[in-house]
Parts: sequence; C-alpha cells; structure tokens
Amino acid sequence: MLENVKDFASHFFVTGDPLIYGADVSIVLAMVAIVFVLTYFKKWGWLWTEWLTTVDHKKIGIMYLIASLAMLFRGGVDALLMRMQLAFPNVHFLESNHYNEIFTTHGTIMILFMAMPMMFAFFNIVVPLQIGARDVAFPYLNAVSFWLFFFGAMLFNISFVIGGSPNAGWLSYPPLSEIQFSPGVGENFYIWGIQISGIGSLATGINFIVTILKMRAPGMKLMKMPMFTWSVLASCITIIFAFPVLTISLALLFIDRYFGAHFFTMDGGGNPMMYVNLIWMWGHPEVYIVVLPAFGMYSEIVSTFSKKKLFGYKSMVFALISISVLSYFTWAHHFFTMGAGADVNAFFALSTMAIGIPTGVKVFNWMFTMFRGRVSITQPMLWTLAFIPCFVVGGATGVMLAVAPADYQYHNSYFLIAHFHQVLIGGVVFGYLAGLYYWWPKMFGFKLNERLGKWAFWTWQIGFYVCFMPQYALGFMGMTRRVYTYGWDMGWAPLNLVSTIGAFLMGLGFVFQVLQIVYSIKFGERDLTGDPWNGRTLEWSIPSPAPLYNFAVVPQVKAMDDWWETKQAGLKIERPHLEPIHMPKNTGIPFLMGMAWFVAGFGLTFDWTWMAVIGLVGVGASLIARSFQYDTDYYIPVDEVKRTETALGRVV
Amino acid sequence: MGKSKLLHSLKVIALAAIATGMLAGCSDQYIVLKPQGPVAQTEYNLIMLSVYLCAIVVIPVLALTAWIVYRYRDVPGNKAPYMPNWHDSKILEIVWWGIPIVIIGTLGFFTVRDTFTLTKPPVQDVKPITIQVTSLDWKWLFQYPDQKIATVNYAEIPAGVPVQFVLTSDAPMNSFWVPSLGGQEYTMPGMAMRLWLQADKPGEYFGSGANFSGEGFAHMQFKVVAKPQAEFNNWVQDVKKTNNPLTKEGYADLVKPGVVNQPITFSSLPEGLFDEVVDKNGGKYFRHTMDMDDSTKHEMSNMDQNSSKKEMSMNMGH
Repeated sequence: MLENVKDFASHFFVTGDPLIYGADVSIVLAMVAIVFVLTYFKKWGWLWTEWLTTVDHKKIGIMYLIASLAMLFRGGVDALLMRMQLAFPNVHFLESNHYNEIFTTHGTIMILFMAMPMMFAFFNIVVPLQIGARDVAFPYLNAVSFWLFFFGAMLFNISFVIGGSPNAGWLSYPPLSEIQFSPGVGENFYIWGIQISGIGSLATGINFIVTILKMRAPGMKLMKMPMFTWSVLASCITIIFAFPVLTISLALLFIDRYFGAHFFTMDGGGNPMMYVNLIWMWGHPEVYIVVLPAFGMYSEIVSTFSKKKLFGYKSMVFALISISVLSYFTWAHHFFTMGAGADVNAFFALSTMAIGIPTGVKVFNWMFTMFRGRVSITQPMLWTLAFIPCFVVGGATGVMLAVAPADYQYHNSYFLIAHFHQVLIGGVVFGYLAGLYYWWPKMFGFKLNERLGKWAFWTWQIGFYVCFMPQYALGFMGMTRRVYTYGWDMGWAPLNLVSTIGAFLMGLGFVFQVLQIVYSIKFGERDLTGDPWNGRTLEWSIPSPAPLYNFAVVPQVKAMDDWWETKQAGLKIERPHLEPIHMPKNTGIPFLMGMAWFVAGFGLTFDWTWMAVIGLVGVGASLIARSFQYDTDYYIPVDEVKRTETALGRVV
Repeated sequence: MGKSKLLHSLKVIALAAIATGMLAGCSDQYIVLKPQGPVAQTEYNLIMLSVYLCAIVVIPVLALTAWIVYRYRDVPGNKAPYMPNWHDSKILEIVWWGIPIVIIGTLGFFTVRDTFTLTKPPVQDVKPITIQVTSLDWKWLFQYPDQKIATVNYAEIPAGVPVQFVLTSDAPMNSFWVPSLGGQEYTMPGMAMRLWLQADKPGEYFGSGANFSGEGFAHMQFKVVAKPQAEFNNWVQDVKKTNNPLTKEGYADLVKPGVVNQPITFSSLPEGLFDEVVDKNGGKYFRHTMDMDDSTKHEMSNMDQNSSKKEMSMNMGH
C-alpha cells in the first residue's frame, strides 16, 4: 500500500530537481501566507463578494491585469533560466528536458497567459469607458471568460510541479507532441490549459464586438470612435475567426493522444503537416490580435501627448481592417521551408510583404500626429517613442524574413528569435506598458512615480537591445533556436553572454516597475480631476477610478475626440438629470464553472475519466443553474448615484 | 525626461546596430553571410537586397522621428508651428502608401523570381549527385543511392557539383541546414523533399538540425565535406573497402533514440531502404504528390551481407 502511494507520488509530483523543490516550497509558503492574511483580516467575504463574483468590467479588467503581470513574472523567470543556461558553452545548469520544458512554457505563457490577458485587461477597463457605456454587452459572459482564462492558466501552470510540463515547443508540433514521442501528461496540460482559456478568449471576442457595435453612446458613429476602440474591434474580429481554428487543432491532437486516432501521427495515414498549417492559421492572426490593440494605444497616446488630432484617422482605420484581413493570408510564411512548392511560397511571401504596407503607413501617421503638435514626454509617451524605432527595425527584419528564399537561411535560427521578440516586445509589450502608464490613473486613481518609471524604462530599453541585437548576429552564425547547449567551436559564446546580460537588465527593469507600483500606491500623485493627461476621449470625462456605473448620465457624442472638443468649447457645469441606473447583479456561477472546468481538465490530463466526468457534470450544472437564474439585474436608485457623484466631487 | 537624453540614447542604439552590422560583415564566423556555393549566394544576394530596400525606409523614418520629437517638443517658447486640428493630407498619405508599395513591389519581384530559380539545380551542365537524408532521433543518416554507401553525421560531396538532397524523417520532423551552402528544408516523415545545394570550393561546412525534435536535438550537428571530384571518388572507393555495411538490423538500431558521438561510415546499404522508410511513415498515402525523378529511383547493388554490424557508440547525454 505504502509502496503504491510512493510510486504514485513520484510520478504525480515533479521530483529530482532542486529548482523544483525550491518552487514547491515557495508555492506552499505563498498559499499559506494568502490563506493566513485573508483569514486574519477577515477578508474571505470581501474577496468573494467584491472580486470572485463580480461582473463589473473594471474589476474583471483589474483581475486580468494582475494575473497577466504574475504570468509576465513566471514567463520572465523562464527566460532568465534559459539565458543562464546559454550564457556560456556546455553549461550544466539545466539538463536537456528541463530546458525544453522551460522554452515551451515560456512561449506558451508569454503569448497565451501574459499578452492575451493583459490585452483583455485593457479591453475591459477601457472600451466601455471610451464608448460611454455602463458595462459590456454580456457582463455574465465576461466573468465566465475571465474565470475560464484564469483556471486554464492555473491548470497549465501547475504542470510545473505536478505531472511535468509540456516540452514539445510552444506550438506542440506533432509527431513530437503525439503520445508516441511525448507519453507523459505534459502535452495534456498544454492542450487543456489552452483549450479552457481559449473558449474564454473566443467569448471575449464576441462580447466586445457586440459591445462596440451596440453599446456606443448616442451620437458616436463608427467613424467617430476612438482609435483604441477601433483596434479592439479589428482584434476581436480576428479572434472570432482565429480561435475556433485553435480549438479544433488542439481537439484533434487530443483525440490522437486520448483515443489513439491518427490525424497527425507518423503512421496510420496521419499527416503532421496538417497540424502545422492549422496551428499557424490561428497562430499568425494571433500575433496581430495582440498587436492591433497596442497600435490603438499608441494612437491614443500620441494624439493626447501631442495635443493634436490623430493624423489620417480614416487611413488608420483602413490600415487596421486591412491588417486584420491580410493576417489570414500569411500563415504559411512560418514554414516556407516545409516544401509546399514555389507557387505557394511565392504567394505567401507576397502576402506577408503586403501586410507590411498598412503597418508602415500607421507609423507614418503617428509621426505626423506629432508633426506640428506639442510633444510632451510623459511615461506613456516614452514607451511609445521607444516603440517606433524598435518596431520599425523589427518590421524591417520581418520583411527580410518574408523573402521566401532568404528565409531558408533564417528559419528557426536566432535571427528569427530576435525578430519576433523585437516585434512582440517592441510592439506589444511596449504598447501595453505605455497603455498601463496611460490608463493607470483611470484604473486606480493615482499616477505611477516618474523617477522609478524612468529607471525602469531605461533598464528595459538598454536590456532589450543588449539582449536581442546579438541574437540577429547569432542567427547569421548558424545558431538555431531550442538548443539547450552548444560548444566553443562556432564562436557563439561571446554574443550569447552579451544576450544573457541584456535579459537580466530587462529583469531588473521589471523589478523597478514592481517597486514603482508599490511605492506609488503609497506616495503616487492622486488624480482628483479624472483627467490627469488633458485627455481627448470619454473615459477622461468621468472621475478616477470610475464609479460602478461609469457614467451618471450617458453622454451625447457630437464629435471625434468628444471630450477634447467639449473642453475646447468651454466646460459648462450643469446639473444633470439623473435616472435610476440599470446594472447586472454579481454571481458566483462563472467562478464555479471555471473550477469545474479545471477539475475536468485535470482529469482529462491524467486520463482519470471519473474526474473528467465529475468536472464536466459541474460545467453542465452551472449552465443549467444559470438558465434558471431570473433575478440577475437591479437598479441603482437616483439617491445613491447622487451620493456617489457628490463624494467624487461632481455637481449633481 | 530630457529630450537630449532621448536623442542621445537613440544615437547610441543606432551606433550599436551599425557596429553589430559591421562586425557581421567582416568575420568568418558569420557563415550565412559568407556563401560558399551558388544557392547560398542567391540567398545572400536577396538578404542584402532586402537590407538595402528596408534601409531606404528605416533610416529616414528614424531620423525624421527624432527630428519631429525634438522640433515639436512641448517646451515654453518653442517657435515651431502648432496646428492642433491639422489631421489630413492627401498628398502625404499618397506618399507613404506609395513608397512602401514600390519597395515591396521591387522586393516581391526578386523574391518570386528566385523562389522559382532555387527549385532547379544551380548549374545545368554538370551531372548532379543525389544524397538521401534521413533525420533520426537524434542523428543524421546520409545514403548515397548511386554510390551505394551511407554515413552518419557527416556527408562528403564533390565540389562544383549540384547535390540533390532528398529529405525525409523517421522521427519527429527536423530541418536540414548547411548555412554555408544554402538554406534549409524540413525533413518530414512520409515525405521525400528535395533541396538543391552546391559547394563551389572544397572545404568543411557546418550543418545542423534546425527544427526541435526532442531531447537530443542540440547534438544533431553534422559536417558536410566538399572535395574535388577525384578525391570524392577515392573516398567512395575507400569507404566501400574499409567499412561495414548498413543492414536492416543496423538501421533498426540506428533509429533507436540516442546521440551518436562519432561519425559512422557504411560500405553499403539495404536495397530500397529510403523509399521503404518514406512509405512506412505515410508516403504510401500520397505517393501521387511526390515527384521523384530518376536520380532518386536507384538501382540496388549487391550487398555484402557477411560483414558484421559496425559497433556504434550510442549514448544519450544528460
């Protein structure tokens, strides 16, 4: 009996590596600390009523943000571990399989559990405020999306200490990810972690399309929408076409692994190339899904801090939409070298280069928004200005990669690694950080400290170039990605060491940002006006942080940059006519449904059908319970709105 | 935030980028930029063309951005014009939609042209040689169907002769890459793909697997040794005389996951092994899509069945 338990435990828990034991200990300590604090301060009820059951888009956004920052930390630690292993030739810090697990989780986490939720944080926090709405179109579904993401991410993350992490790369190409070559549970964690959160992402896409199309304040025509909202619309359209492809690809891979089918196996008529096509039909649009909202943020920030209208609005909208359409016709550039033939390669090379055109046009439009403006270099603007050169160079190397025959020399080399980090960090991460600094006062009611912010900015910037410029060169030296070790013979050592130093500088930048947030919570400049940046769009017309119902009176929109125009015309303080406000009620079902999915996913990961059945029954039960829930909304009475507004210093 | 500080840092970054580029230009370690054969040369020319064309856009954009930020900075007494409502200019829009279109059009033309060129042998007047490449866990098997010999983790080729590498995998996908001679192509189970390469001069060239295939992937490096035709012929004769044959059993051992530390040479190979491996892994389902030409459909030789299997040092590194 004891032997059986021991045997089970040695497979169930990841063992044998001091790093993992260290992590085990810190995870247990952190959990104990959280439980202790919540109990000691009697905060369990608060946690449940204020956060776990909330359907408020702003709180859901903040939860997305916290989760994504935690995942940025996790993915960042993965990156630093990899760079330590590669700092010198023949290092024995990580063994092959451990390294393979780490690069797999690094990629998966950074795209799916860092970039996506941080993007959703901004969707949630900003879009309803920008369009003058009181919530999203489907607040309940919004909560479901969040909890599916959250429990999907948790399922993926526990693979680190339980069962073992996936190790077949962030896209899990078969046949390597098939049961024949990856018999462990790691790939199952990958499939179910992504599957569960992917359903949430799809629902968010639908939710925000409907929100943007149906919930805009009266007078806000599509062509008067703020550019960030446009970019969210473009991104969501891409989501609803791309994510079903991901779901199907992973479902087929699961069927292969669980039921022994042969969609992508080496034998039995399977064809791994089919998976590679499918996964990139999602994977390429995915990078545009995350970068388009960043483009939207840059547009808002450049315009605000140049005190000038966005240049070429129509052209920007056209560029956004053409990028989201073209993004579906470029997927095969991820495998020019898979021998699809010259005609196919020629088509995808041209379509890939073509997508560079609208992207380049956007850069010109940002530049000419600053031209004849008044550029003040605040923290959001710093990151935006850093983005332009970084993204232009990254885009140029992207065009270089699009040259199909030349790609035969770049494919899977460090040149490629440098390129996609430059566009994903320079484009997406810089954008989200710019957005974070920009909307932080709106979210929390105070600004982030400037001095620490500059330290963070410069260590990030220097770290980035020191880390990734050498990697372009390493690609030209023939170094391929995903090697856990290398020798002295190829001359790769010096540049790898430089790259590692850069990675640690970026890590230091992140530490500065954590310090900045902690410091600013206590000492940050409070935003009492609700409009700390002299903003242009509706979110700046209301107090910071926004009250539960966002707008006491739904605004009447007359112009693009309506809030700016209102201020230009001279603010008239009028006593508004208040009415009771219709709001959705909190509910615990989304949280419980997420937990049920987690149980189901865990069961499917370990082939424990009984557990999967329990989990799926739980999912079904929560769906049924919701359909019998009739008391789902309420009205905030005028008196309460008056009290809140007065407390916020507004005239009512 | 001083603007001069920002400008300064932009300068530093630009200098660093140029320095990296210069370094790239003048060292032998940058093997992609030191093409040793016509295929690599074509690819190199495209790389440089794309660098120049991108530079036409990138450099002015960077300079202009720095200038705009400096000139229109928000400081008291800045005399530069301020036009908060100026947001549209048809001429400017036409310029910056037009310039990228012209550049992409130019690059696209050469890309398409060379994409088709590289599907053919680099020179037409020399009879090519065929080498069948199989990626295994975690080693490379090279079979010479015409010479009827095989090697593991190294290949010898005649210099100045187009080499048709026919690629497959009897393991998870990999990618076959010899940067000095030209770009890579995937090795995939059930498919036989073709990659033309050629070495202009004798020499020893680095090759590696480029697509992650599991635990021993980092050790899947190999050498391609180019020799004058006569020396190559001698090498083939030598191999036949002094080594052991590759048998079906020997191949089965080779397929088992493990890393090969020393290159191996075989004096002969089993009849139809390569095609068999392709078929076994699914080639039989889509044979119609593969165009194997005559040089890959080889006659089989009599094999020396008596020799014992060469001892291989297989050992998985941890």
